[in-house]
Amino acid sequence: MLSLAIEAAFAMMTLALLLNLWRVVRGPDLPDRILALDTMYINSIALIVLYGVQQKSEFYFEAALLIAVMGFVGTVAVVKYLLRGDIVE
Amino acid sequence: MNAALLPIIILLPLLGALLPVLAIRLGRTASAWSAAALSGIALGLLLTLVPQVFAGETLLYRLDWLPAYGLNLALRLDGLGVLFALLILGIGLLVILYARYYLSEHDPMGRFYGFLLLFMAAMLGVVLSENLLLMLIFWELTSLSSFLLIGYWKHRADARQGARLALTITGGGGLALLAGILLLGHISGSYELSVVLASTETIQAHPLYPATLVLILLGAFTKSAQFPFHFWLPHAMAAPTPVSAYLHSATMVKAGVFLLARLFPALAGSELWFYLVAGTGMVTLLLGAYHALFKHDLKGLLAYSTISHLGLITLLFGLGTPLGAVAGVFHIINHAIFKASLFMAAGIIDHESGTRDMRKLNGLWRYMPHTATLAMVAAASMAGVPLFNGFLSKEMFFAETLHHSWLGAWHWLLPVGATLAGVFAVAYSIRFIHDVFFNGDPIDLPRTPHEPPRYMKVPVEILVALCLLVGIFPAWTVAPLLASAAASTVNGTVGGALPHYSLAVWHGFNLPLLMSVIAIAGGALIYVLRHQLFALHARLFRPFDAKALFERQLEQIIGYARRLTALLENGSLQRYLMLLVASAVVLVASGLWGSPLSGPLPAGEVDAVTLAGALALALSAITTTLWHRRRLVALIQLSVVGLVVSIAFVRFAAPDLALTQLSVEMVTIILLMLVLYFLPQQSPAESSPLRIGRDLLLAVAAGGSVALLAWGVLTRPYQTIGDYFMANSLSGGGGSNVVNVILVDFRGFDTLGEVTVLGIAAIGIVMMLSGLQLKMPTADAAGRPWARERYPMILAVISRPLLPLALVVAIYLMLRGHNMPGGGFIAGLVTAIALILQYVASGIAWTQQRMHLDYIKLTAAGVLLAALTGLGSWAFGYPYLTSSFGHFTLPLLGEFELATAMLFDLGVFLAVIGSTLLVLANLGKLSVLKHTLKEER
Repeated sequence: MLSLAIEAAFAMMTLALLLNLWRVVRGPDLPDRILALDTMYINSIALIVLYGVQQKSEFYFEAALLIAVMGFVGTVAVVKYLLRGDIVE
Repeated sequence: MNAALLPIIILLPLLGALLPVLAIRLGRTASAWSAAALSGIALGLLLTLVPQVFAGETLLYRLDWLPAYGLNLALRLDGLGVLFALLILGIGLLVILYARYYLSEHDPMGRFYGFLLLFMAAMLGVVLSENLLLMLIFWELTSLSSFLLIGYWKHRADARQGARLALTITGGGGLALLAGILLLGHISGSYELSVVLASTETIQAHPLYPATLVLILLGAFTKSAQFPFHFWLPHAMAAPTPVSAYLHSATMVKAGVFLLARLFPALAGSELWFYLVAGTGMVTLLLGAYHALFKHDLKGLLAYSTISHLGLITLLFGLGTPLGAVAGVFHIINHAIFKASLFMAAGIIDHESGTRDMRKLNGLWRYMPHTATLAMVAAASMAGVPLFNGFLSKEMFFAETLHHSWLGAWHWLLPVGATLAGVFAVAYSIRFIHDVFFNGDPIDLPRTPHEPPRYMKVPVEILVALCLLVGIFPAWTVAPLLASAAASTVNGTVGGALPHYSLAVWHGFNLPLLMSVIAIAGGALIYVLRHQLFALHARLFRPFDAKALFERQLEQIIGYARRLTALLENGSLQRYLMLLVASAVVLVASGLWGSPLSGPLPAGEVDAVTLAGALALALSAITTTLWHRRRLVALIQLSVVGLVVSIAFVRFAAPDLALTQLSVEMVTIILLMLVLYFLPQQSPAESSPLRIGRDLLLAVAAGGSVALLAWGVLTRPYQTIGDYFMANSLSGGGGSNVVNVILVDFRGFDTLGEVTVLGIAAIGIVMMLSGLQLKMPTADAAGRPWARERYPMILAVISRPLLPLALVVAIYLMLRGHNMPGGGFIAGLVTAIALILQYVASGIAWTQQRMHLDYIKLTAAGVLLAALTGLGSWAFGYPYLTSSFGHFTLPLLGEFELATAMLFDLGVFLAVIGSTLLVLANLGKLSVLKHTLKEER
């Protein structure tokens, strides 16, 4: 039962990632692309955790943890750039 | 035990070369004293060994260095070594005293003594080496240190050019010598002198003997300024006079004839040796003596006279007879003594009267009678007048030219040539005395001459006293030194027998005495007729400037090199990349052409998620390339690539790589945003369609090749080196995370180097940024003005509590790194990102107020900690960076493991934080006015 649920979740997450990618490529504006990239990071966390559950291994959770802690830093930097140009002032 | 003093004698001036440089802060006299003390101690140590050598022993000291290549730290002290070491240290001491008064207040005296000691050490190394390769290393060191000494007055163009000329000639000779020594070692089977000197027959019968001889002689002749390489020596006279007295009369130019003496037992005696060595010596002897007469510059006269005397010594060794070698060694001693004193006297004259031109210097007797007396004694010795030391060896020389078995019917050529050279030697010696000290009144000298300071004359007095003592009482003074030096020259060992020779001043009426009389009378006659001769000389010889020719040649070679470089390296990165990728494609394609594409293994299965990831990767790579001119858009596409690669690392069981890739992604994006601010938002279109087409083809070819290669490898069975690390990681490095154990243990030295480079790069970036001023845009690409809010509140509020959380994650990653995914590098990046986020969210001023970290010190501390951890293993007798680990138990915590590798990892951690923040924070500060904030260090 669980394995079926994991398979289904994998399918959905992959689809979500591909849709994010579509937005990154299509835009049309920079904020659209930035938001899509940020969402990709979030979806990646889910994908990695799913993979860990499937493999019954804890090895991969640190990668998810790291994305959770720092994934938004890139987004922050780009957004600050859009607002002010100078990100460290 | 005694032989163990030998390395100390060399190391004293070598390591002590820094001492005068430091002591100059205590004053010029302190600097001179420190240099004198070092050479004095070395001389004292040498003197304790002299009795043993005179008793017939050869002291050997040996320490294995690279025994597999025949290179050992092997030193030897025999009679010849004692003679040269005494000259080097004794005259060195006198020169140190002399230079103290010669150098002016403006000259950097500490540096002078530092160079001088360095040269002294190199020269001692040459004469005390038992291993020929070791000798060669010191030989090159003498070339380098003499370059520094000749170019000491670096503000003068002639000094710089003279130094370059000397270095090129002697350095080129050194290369020839290297080849010659390698051949010699190949023939005799060893680079140790004891073996080489004992295999005379093997060497001279070998078909490679002529080549070996010519190469070694090239080394010796360039160093000793023999024709046709003599022209560097007169130009080296641009050096300060103490340097000329030391290097260009007593020691360095003697290194060439030392080599002839050292290898005399092994190489001398053949017909080839006679014609090459004696022939060169004869030509140099005559040429030098002739030109010396026509030099108006005091030091120029002495330089050509030195060339001539070196030719004389070379000629003596070239005869190949034991008595010739004895005379050669004797003349080395005598020439060093009288020529050094003459150079010093010339220096005094130059120093006190302001010129060295003999057409202006006249009648100095009245101004400096004391100096004049000293110079006259030394010059008489140079001329070979009886009762002075130069007479004795010159008599021996004349006698040897009469008693040799070469040349057949042309036997008389040598004595006639020798007498002719003697005539000129007397003539230029008379000119040196008469022109300078008598001959009317001085002609508009820059200064009114007077006697020099008391202690400037002391070295000259000592040397002149030696001239007289040796000249009048040879048997009581120089005899034991000469006997021991000559015996080790002729036989290769001190113990061997020597043919009979007599050191008496008076040998009765004989042919050599007649030659001396002719030389003195002829010399006087030529001097009387000098004005007619000068005119004749000026008509016969157009002035030929070897230096100008050399400089022209050099310019030409540099021009060729520039053109070649421009051809290969035009400065276009695109072209280099194109060439690199194209050659890689060609090499791979030609290497694999014809071998089957697939191996025996079936291709693995692909699941849908992986396939989707691969598609995303390919798509974003393509869009990055397509939109590379819209920089921000391309950057976002590139971030997708990075993210998908990270997930791929997770998928293929490389969590460490995933963690590293993720942190690097973040740092990269911050870095690029910082830099993009100062760059235009759009790059202009520069590539022509043709070029784009070419690059597209190339890219497809390169990508296709890599894909095919990967396919070929994956479908074949293969063994990775990973298996070894998997098996040994826990037992050898004490950790179960193989990646981390490789980084901090198996390849710890690499990591140390990389961390050091990281630190250097960061500091370099800071240096380049300091003082840099760039134009800042006031609006974004679309022309909209920037938002007014500097620090959005939500961002600041969220990022502050994130800092402790991120630090906990970093510490967690750091501590478990040795056994589980993590480690110092990743932890350092996480910490750096968390800190730089504070700069972004709350501003530089806010962050600086709360954080007092000196990033440069942090970086240095990290590198030092890593390096010192490695040193720690030395204390326990293990090789550098051997890690040790143990398991300990504590109440509550239970069993845990400590490994020295964790300390090393801590060093990496600190260095990564320091250098990352150093770069990012300083880039960020470019936009802030300089005076409002203190420098971020």
